[in-house]
Amino acid sequence: MKSFKYSVAKEATGAVRAVSANPAAKFLAGGTNLVDLMKEYVERPSEVVDVSRLNLAQIRETSNGISIGALAKNSDTANHPLVRQNYPLLSMAILAGASAQLRNMATNGGNLMQRTRCQYFYDTAMPCNKREPGSGCGALEGLNRIHAILGYSENCVATYPGDMANALYALDAIIRVRGTNGQDRTIAVQDFHRLPGDMPQKDNNLAHGELIVAIEIPRNNFAAKSYYLKVRDRASYAFALVSVAAALETRGDAIERARVVLGSVAHKPWRSTEAERVLVGKPATVATFEAAAEAALKDAKPLEHNGYKVELGKRSIVLALQRAMSGEVA
Amino acid sequence: MARYIGKEMSRVDGFAKVTGRAKYAAEFKVPNLAYGFIVTSTIGKGTIRSIDTAEASRAPGVIQVLTHENYPKPAPPAAPELKPEENRNVRDRSFRALQSEQIFFNMQPIALVLAESFEQARYAARLVKATYNEEKPMTDLESSLDKARLANPSRPPRPRGNPTEALAAAPVKVEAEYTIPIEHHNPMEPHGAIAFWEGDKLTVFDKTQGVRVVQQHLATSFHIPQANIQVISPFVGGAFGSALRPNYYPALTAMAARVIKRPVKVVYTRQQMFTGHGYRPHTWQKISLGAQADGKLTALIHDSRNNSSNFEDYVENTTGMPRSLYACPNALTSQQFVHTDLSTPAAMRAPGAVSGMFALECAMDELAYALKIDPLELRLVNFSDVDPDSGKPYSSKALRECYRLGAEKFGWKNRTPEPRSMRDGRLLVGWGMATGIWGAFQRPASARVALRVDGTAHVSSATADIGPGTYTVMTLIAAEYLGLPAERVKFELGDTRFPPAPVQGGSFTTASVGSAIYEAAQNIRGRLVELANKEAASPFKTAKIEDTELLDGRLTLRGSSQSVDIFALMRRNNLSELVDVHEAKPSPEREKYATGAHGAQFVEVKVDPATGVVQVTRAIEVTACGKIMNPKTSHSQEIGGVVWGIGMALQEATEVDHRYGRIMNPNLQHYHVPVSADIHEIETMFVEEDDKVVNPLGVKGMGELGMVGIPAAIANAVFHATGKRIRDLPITPDKLL
Ligand SMILES: Cc1cc2nc3c(=O)[nH]c(=O)nc-3n(C[C@H](O)[C@H](O)[C@H](O)COP(=O)(O)OP(=O)(O)OC[C@H]3O[C@@H](n4cnc5c(N)ncnc54)[C@H](O)[C@@H]3O)c2cc1C
Ligand code: SF4
Repeated sequence: MKSFKYSVAKEATGAVRAVSANPAAKFLAGGTNLVDLMKEYVERPSEVVDVSRLNLAQIRETSNGISIGALAKNSDTANHPLVRQNYPLLSMAILAGASAQLRNMATNGGNLMQRTRCQYFYDTAMPCNKREPGSGCGALEGLNRIHAILGYSENCVATYPGDMANALYALDAIIRVRGTNGQDRTIAVQDFHRLPGDMPQKDNNLAHGELIVAIEIPRNNFAAKSYYLKVRDRASYAFALVSVAAALETRGDAIERARVVLGSVAHKPWRSTEAERVLVGKPATVATFEAAAEAALKDAKPLEHNGYKVELGKRSIVLALQRAMSGEVA
Repeated sequence: MARYIGKEMSRVDGFAKVTGRAKYAAEFKVPNLAYGFIVTSTIGKGTIRSIDTAEASRAPGVIQVLTHENYPKPAPPAAPELKPEENRNVRDRSFRALQSEQIFFNMQPIALVLAESFEQARYAARLVKATYNEEKPMTDLESSLDKARLANPSRPPRPRGNPTEALAAAPVKVEAEYTIPIEHHNPMEPHGAIAFWEGDKLTVFDKTQGVRVVQQHLATSFHIPQANIQVISPFVGGAFGSALRPNYYPALTAMAARVIKRPVKVVYTRQQMFTGHGYRPHTWQKISLGAQADGKLTALIHDSRNNSSNFEDYVENTTGMPRSLYACPNALTSQQFVHTDLSTPAAMRAPGAVSGMFALECAMDELAYALKIDPLELRLVNFSDVDPDSGKPYSSKALRECYRLGAEKFGWKNRTPEPRSMRDGRLLVGWGMATGIWGAFQRPASARVALRVDGTAHVSSATADIGPGTYTVMTLIAAEYLGLPAERVKFELGDTRFPPAPVQGGSFTTASVGSAIYEAAQNIRGRLVELANKEAASPFKTAKIEDTELLDGRLTLRGSSQSVDIFALMRRNNLSELVDVHEAKPSPEREKYATGAHGAQFVEVKVDPATGVVQVTRAIEVTACGKIMNPKTSHSQEIGGVVWGIGMALQEATEVDHRYGRIMNPNLQHYHVPVSADIHEIETMFVEEDDKVVNPLGVKGMGELGMVGIPAAIANAVFHATGKRIRDLPITPDKLL
């Protein structure tokens, strides 16, 4: 680990100012991702601004939904009565992630910002465009069982590995950010993470120094019919091979609104509007779900070792939609 | 009536462990300690062209950087300087760090940074810059099976009967290939050592399964007498075979201490453990079985190949146990290795046996389906009461009883054989079984037993306790046979100053060291009888030693009420203690028999047909391994074995990028082992055997046995659940879609 300057931020705008002023500075929240990466020499900040004590941990009802503080812990968020009642999908997604100990440390802002789990990204001896732009992509023709099947580029085939964000995409969340000018701005969650294109080093559209202050979720009618399915190599403490955040609103027999978001298949949570279009207006049957699953993965281009994700993705969509309909809780 | 043997005893070291009072190798406090951090290569094969340590040397706190360029090479001494027993080990070809510019495997140590603090050393390690002449490594066993060779070509595999003809003539045949990837032990405690010199005397705190192995290795590394080296290793946080052979870091640590003339500590990172202590090799196995219509095996051909390093010929003994399990008159088993540009493999829990038995017991399941015979029935049809090679009878083999009890507890008779025929809601249910087998080994081992006049005893041996409960079982044996309360017995291990014992491995410690303690206690009893008989009133004058017993501080005559207070007796003879240092050796009686430990394993899996996710919902393991000394720790051993088997079957795999010969998942986020949520019902049972042939205590190996059949039983259950035969471990969800 490289030595670094450490300071504790007292208020958000000051933290933004400090990090903006130094291109090699980083915010520290729960530290569960950043510190690991610093030990591996993947992240090498010269300055760390600890934001964990900022007063940004509230979870409260707003006029049109809920506002969740960026520094609220994953555990507190998942178990909050308002979240459980109105946004069970978010609760399920968070609880599917990591382990209880990690969720107790991890913050919502840090979770959104977590970096890929690509093995080549973690190993400084290996080429990786995300870590070292221009060095090549180790995974493209290497071990890529856990990598992307959608939306990748030759430059990077990594996935966004998190769970919580998949639910946020399904719930049309808005990310409230303290800008470098000290003013707040909002980013629709769909526009938060990026596809790799020719800039894989940039995971998302946050400018350097901008601080996430809250996640806002508008009211919706998905609570009764939503489900988070996570398929993984072991029952806990593992990232998804494929995950699905599914949410439905029905009227009579027909689906009125639908959300299908696939996790761990692309560089960002993969909301499939194609699948959603197939679902809307149709009866909630297995045949409809299967058609939606086909639509969601029709553009998938698997790599050497991740062909299974196409079939697994389809099956997981069908299963998640079925469970959403039956009101099961993961 | 035994007071301790066979009764539950909690770990005598449990309190020290949970309160942090137990000291592991890297935790000892040594003044003026310097910290070493290992730098590893970024290529898999070639030579170091240059290594630049200038920037690292200038970094804060750095004392020195060792590389192959400045690593001192002690001149080999003239042969007579070494004692014969030390000479033998000069041929120890295990990997030593920083010997030359040669790169044999990726993540090979190329430098050691020594600094005032761990953090300074770790940071400066990043500043060491090497350039290489890089060559293309070859690390893929499966692409080089044709390069496999025998370790000793002058001793080709020896057939039993005529396997080739028998297979050709068999009415029913099964032939299949099974592959198991490289796996790593991943004990909780990383390997580490602290070394310091006082003149020409070297002291090393190390994590090891055998202090004497490290002592010998250091003696040959530094060309100094073993007597000058003390190795101390009182606690080991799991090892599973990874600390059996000499690893490279103790010699490196000791050399660093010599160079900078200060005590040095070196601890592997988790990543460094993946190339620093060996691993279960990648194996490819082909099994061919021939059988009659009634299920009787007529031919077994087992062809096994594993990867080794390029500098040692490591052969995994996969075929030994499979060859001896069933009554099959014709058998040919061969074990070959392929040189690869990886570090050398090592024994890993149930080495060879679990890999070989995965292949054999899956093939037996395939044969059962080919024959339309129940898999358990097929095992019984081929049950062998004698060792099929030597024809010797088993000293004991309660395997039939294990099968019967396991099947009954599990409810095996309710199994419907067709694949996909059993369900739980939308989940597919599968039931599978397999046999476990391991040795009942005993090695020469010594112990020192001191019975003290204050009513206590001190017992010691240079053995190890890597977690099975050795401290506890040795305390229990000494207490039992010295007739003392266990709280009055102190047992110490893990120090070369104690009487020599073999490594802790192969599940022979209780048989070996326990027998030494038992026999030493007998000797002390004999001395007490002699002392008593010097007195006129002795009730033992005509008694045979076997008729006497030590109980509650008294020497008693069995079946009578006559006894003598042993401490009063010692006081009358002015003895502060009675000491016996004893070496126990396997008895020649063993030669007349075949010996082994056995077990039967039954598992239930539930498979999600949509996602391919497998859960092992139930496991019943019945084990026959002689006398159970301490049921509490014994059950823990077997439960741990089942959990290991679940990991091997479903999760564990070390992934190598063959382009670079580099391990890409050297950490516990990418290398999966089971977590609590993966573990459901596990029930372990013992069928006790009364076997005084194997050793005077009647104990057999159990630690490895618990996992031997589990991967096969799970793979067989997965077949039963899904109709898919997965012959390539681990069985991850993608393989079942
Ligand atoms: C072993 C392991 C398993 C895991 N498994 C899962 C899993 O299955 N699913 C899953 O979703 N996650 C998983 N995680 C990831 C875990 O959830 C994240 O590490 C955690 O959410 C990060 O939060 P943090 O507060 O600790 O972030 P930190 O480590 O403090 O920060 C992470 C990054 O976010 C930046 N940052 C933090 N807060 C802000 C903010 N308010 N505004 C702008 N930038 C910010 C930091 O500068 C840093 O770059 C796992 C982690 C580990 C270590
Ligand atoms: S996939 Fe992306 S993160 Fe992984 S090696 Fe390639 S560039 Fe790096």
